Amino acid sequence: MSTPVSDPSPSARGRSDAPGVLDADDIARALTRIAHEVVERNKGTAGLVVLGIPSRGVPLAKRLAARIAAVEGTEVPVGALDVTMYRDDLRLRPARALEHTDIPPGGVDGKVVVLVDDVLFSGRTIRAALTALDDVGRPAAIRLAVLVDRGHRELPIRPDHVGKNIPTSLRESVKVHLDEIDGHDAVLIDAAGDGVR
Amino acid sequence: MKRHLLTAADLDRDDATLVLDTAAEMARLTEGRSVKKLPTLRGRTVVNLFFEDSTRTRTSFELAAKRLSADVVNFSAKGSSVSKGESLKDTALTLEAMGADGVVVRHWASGAPHRLAYSGWIRSSVVNAGDGTHEHPTQALLDAYTLRRHLGSLDGRRVTVVGDVLHSRVARSNVLLLSTMGAEVTLVGPPTLLPVGVEGWPCQTSYELDPALAKADAVMMLRVQRERMSAAFFPSAREYSRRYGLDARRFALLPEDAVVLHPGPMNRGMEITADVADSDRSVIVEQVTNGVYVRMAVLYLLLGGAS
Repeated sequence: MSTPVSDPSPSARGRSDAPGVLDADDIARALTRIAHEVVERNKGTAGLVVLGIPSRGVPLAKRLAARIAAVEGTEVPVGALDVTMYRDDLRLRPARALEHTDIPPGGVDGKVVVLVDDVLFSGRTIRAALTALDDVGRPAAIRLAVLVDRGHRELPIRPDHVGKNIPTSLRESVKVHLDEIDGHDAVLIDAAGDGVR
Repeated sequence: MKRHLLTAADLDRDDATLVLDTAAEMARLTEGRSVKKLPTLRGRTVVNLFFEDSTRTRTSFELAAKRLSADVVNFSAKGSSVSKGESLKDTALTLEAMGADGVVVRHWASGAPHRLAYSGWIRSSVVNAGDGTHEHPTQALLDAYTLRRHLGSLDGRRVTVVGDVLHSRVARSNVLLLSTMGAEVTLVGPPTLLPVGVEGWPCQTSYELDPALAKADAVMMLRVQRERMSAAFFPSAREYSRRYGLDARRFALLPEDAVVLHPGPMNRGMEITADVADSDRSVIVEQVTNGVYVRMAVLYLLLGGAS
């Protein structure tokens, strides 16, 4: 046996060998790609409104809007849409505190709304978001952008833009950490988790 | 949060903050929307059980429950079996048999909501909408919400509550809640209208109004409740008005950004003059709007989750 093969990525990307885990650079690249996809699909930024679903969808939405603005040179309205009051599992847990809802001044009527969330799982949060949007107005179209699609859909809902598809087992849980909330950017898979959010 | 809201003392600082924050979100979720309705309490039944006359509180609770898509049943003592002599217990058992999830109760007897909540007659959550001269916690919550909107935090803010404290459930609930939220409350009224034992409340008291105005961030005028007064508590309405009414001269003593509250209904010319009540620093009409949001928050937090 001769010299060992050199380690391609030392400690800096310590967890990058774990399946489907993203670091800060991966998240940044995924968001940049999604920004381009959104603009391409929409043929520009006309009528775009980006709405994040709390909690971690909101900073992601802001980053996405900033990237779209950087690409196209025009500001895109960005806001937040809390779906707590529209969830189908309200009765299963004690009443939860509500998160901020912040619809940009122009509203959503006739606009192309891009919903942004961190992880797409059962699809129930997105169903709640679609119902919530119903009460806000009537967009021309609603698109869905997620950082991670982990599969296991329970409803006929699919994303339009995905940062990364991460096949998971139901026993695992996917955790997205964002600088604005957690102090750093990372997507982690917790094998010990029970998969229930 | 506890399962019932019977007194402002049921709320610690975190609970009260949760209610106020939730109310703020309710406002965001309904203001300016074409659909002012949320599906959250669909299929739940809220009974408004009113043994005492009330327009704004009952309407406010009814609107709050309807905005959350609950089914609302109004049950008032007049024109119901209560006027035929039915007891509180039998009324409660009837409501239980009909499957009420939440009961909003106003009663002329202090403690009636507590009896309803803990007697075992009903399983639903009970919200006190005013009981006798005891408490009116949702009024205190809407006052705190209104104050927070205008003053920012309530911490260290000075609130002066003026008038008939003895008969006022609004004053009692406000003293408890505002002190929980960190505000300094001063009660002002004639000695005959300050209750026995007020020394033990978490507030200051004074018989003189003028000195209490200069440093106040807000002043809350209480209604003179003639219907509860069996004895003469003050010589004449004019004398009361002269010593404790908020008129233009006293209004000028207030700091420039202080706001004026009144739980309604007002006796214009008695505890507050019309020009003060209609001034741009009077938030009396806004209190009514905020009442709906606060009651939506309370109903959501009590009935919205797992029971």
